[in-house]
Amino acid sequence: MSDRLSVFKTYKLYVGGKFPRSESGRVYEVTDSKDNWLANAPLSSRKDARDAVVAARKAFGGWSGATAYNRGQVLYRVAEMLEGRREQFVREVADAEGLSKSKAAAVVDATIDRWVWYAGWTDKIAQVTGGANPVAGPYFNLSSPEPTGVVAVVAPQESSFLGLVSVVAPVIATGNTAVVIASEKAPLPALSLGEVLATSDVPGGVVNVLSGRTAELAAPLAAHQDVNAIDLAGADEALAKELEVAAADNLKRVLRPQAVDYFETPGTERMTAFLETKTVWHPTGSLGAGGSSY
Amino acid sequence: MAFEYAPAPESRAIVDIAPSYGLFIDGEFVESSGGGLSKTVSPATEEVLAEYTQANAEDVDRAVKAARKAFEKWSALPGAERAKYLFRIARIIQERSRELAVLETLDNGKPIKETRDADLPLVAAHFFYYAGWADKLDHAGFGANPRPLGVAGQVIPWNFPLLMLAWKIAPALATGNTVVLKPAETTPLSALFFADICRQAGLPKGVVNIVTGDGRTGAALVAHPDVNKVAFTGSTAVGKEIARTVAGTAKKLTLELGGKGANIVFDDAPVDQAVEGIVSGIFFNQGQVCCAGSRLLVQESVRDEVLDALKRRLSTLRLGDPLDKNTDIGAINSAEQLARITALAEQGEAEGAERWSPACELPSSGYWFAPTLFTNVTQAHTIAREEIFGPVLSVLTFRTPDEAVAKANNTQYGLSAGIWSEKGSRILAVANKLRAGVVWSNTFNKFDPTSPFGGYKESGFGREGGRHGLEAYLDV
Repeated sequence: MSDRLSVFKTYKLYVGGKFPRSESGRVYEVTDSKDNWLANAPLSSRKDARDAVVAARKAFGGWSGATAYNRGQVLYRVAEMLEGRREQFVREVADAEGLSKSKAAAVVDATIDRWVWYAGWTDKIAQVTGGANPVAGPYFNLSSPEPTGVVAVVAPQESSFLGLVSVVAPVIATGNTAVVIASEKAPLPALSLGEVLATSDVPGGVVNVLSGRTAELAAPLAAHQDVNAIDLAGADEALAKELEVAAADNLKRVLRPQAVDYFETPGTERMTAFLETKTVWHPTGSLGAGGSSY
Repeated sequence: MAFEYAPAPESRAIVDIAPSYGLFIDGEFVESSGGGLSKTVSPATEEVLAEYTQANAEDVDRAVKAARKAFEKWSALPGAERAKYLFRIARIIQERSRELAVLETLDNGKPIKETRDADLPLVAAHFFYYAGWADKLDHAGFGANPRPLGVAGQVIPWNFPLLMLAWKIAPALATGNTVVLKPAETTPLSALFFADICRQAGLPKGVVNIVTGDGRTGAALVAHPDVNKVAFTGSTAVGKEIARTVAGTAKKLTLELGGKGANIVFDDAPVDQAVEGIVSGIFFNQGQVCCAGSRLLVQESVRDEVLDALKRRLSTLRLGDPLDKNTDIGAINSAEQLARITALAEQGEAEGAERWSPACELPSSGYWFAPTLFTNVTQAHTIAREEIFGPVLSVLTFRTPDEAVAKANNTQYGLSAGIWSEKGSRILAVANKLRAGVVWSNTFNKFDPTSPFGGYKESGFGREGGRHGLEAYLDV
């Protein structure tokens, strides 16, 4: 018996740049595809969800106010950190989704590349979706996209890592902050992502990761008056409808669940879904028919 | 001494209003299957203008079926052909502009000066603008072959009846959708005249259908299972109800809802220009504008100067016959709306704000409300928080740009804002921080079909106008 006894990790939430346990003190058993015990994950409560919204709101000003160039650098830094932990995530994804090592490796590689893809979008989305409008009159106006605010993300249930990153990265690339509910049955890659975010340059509170019962956590987030938008990616049909109804109370922006192949290169919809368009007008002082106006 | 204005009424002989109207379904005016008739009145005189049909759920179903049937051919038409129909409509609107302006003034109560110089030119401009998109959708930034959604159910308000119709119908048709539109119950006439414009333009039957009626008709349209897209402009309360109705369906939704716009005047602003902007911000269309600048935020050091100039200017506004070309302030759209404005203004007084109106004689019949401003208003006052949708301005003050931004953003709404300052960097810095979809600097209430319009927060979602306006009607 020369086998060394390994050290287990206590998985914790990632909220406001810190790693709290659930305030409820609850955990639930996470198993692999063969029902073997993997870890006890925090079973977050409504209070954890509300705390996460507070953290996300606090982080919004700084993150949305950062330059797009800076946000791109920060997102790319996340990819760098992920690359360094590639083996860990291959193992976690293999366990979580019951994949072979090579398939899990393909998932992790695609996930890292997805971060890189979104890192490159931060300073381009405004040019693609905004611009100057040719107004018929002595005015000049510019339409620019702006982040909508705090976005609650119900992460995909099956794709615990690639799917997760595919819905989180676009939200923060554009300057929003996120409260993410990890896949209910496979939350460990998401919780480990929190560790990566904490050691990259993403400011605390920009991404907050909760694990637990999706329905229990999503309901208070959908009804929360300080949440601006909700991505229903991981909600089933009945839950999605219930959440959309709750979201109507403060007219949250809602991205409905849709069939997505997360291996495909995404379009811009996941970014534009959480962007507002602001149009700013200004007189040009053009010389009118009546003579000088400046 | 001041010279009096001689009356300068526009003739209403140019408009031929029928005594009674049916519903416009599948290219024809038809009777309801039992919905009955309602009356539309002129808000300035309370004269009954015409009877119109209250469409019931069965009528709505007929209209949706007609739109569905027309969709196949309309969406398959080459974009260039759809474009030509829209150009035809735009031209006919220009040709009939005076007639439509008079009609709109009669039915809505707004001054002819506004329907003639603002509403109608913009209505035509919107059709021209979206006509040009119809054969260029591949270049709009929504992929190589963006597809229409199908049947669009559209519900519009009474404050800009024909302009809101144009905002809804022009992009819907350009993108290949067909339409069932419900105008507001107090202003159905211009939409029914638009049906005649569709006839003159030779628009295929069923592409545009008009169902008149009240909220029940709108609710039936929004809930109809064969409607693919819902577009609504109106109150935030109804918008939330619609959002609940379409939850869990595949219907795409855009909402243009209420507002409580801040008009921010800094101490270096040109006072006379700012005063003109404040006036147009809150008294344009009797303040019945979702993006109205209903909260004046004036820097404390220039408060008295701005208020004195504003009061002087308000004393020169002419209130009265909307058909008179010299009228600045027309009638409130309905008795119901007048009651709401009256109640909120009384609440403002009861909560301790100071009320002021210029000397102003109100006509003896019709629905009228004198231009009103409130001082000593705090952010907690109801009149500073709730959308009044009338000619009522709340005046607040601030000391620093940060305070101005904080107060401007202290609202559930986020539709519009104004900034008055000579300093460009200050304008841009403040504009950046405002949570509003449209920010006017050194101007107010400017609209253009090329420019996206729409709100943040509870002012709704989606944008109308510009390239952005196409997205609401495309499968993207």
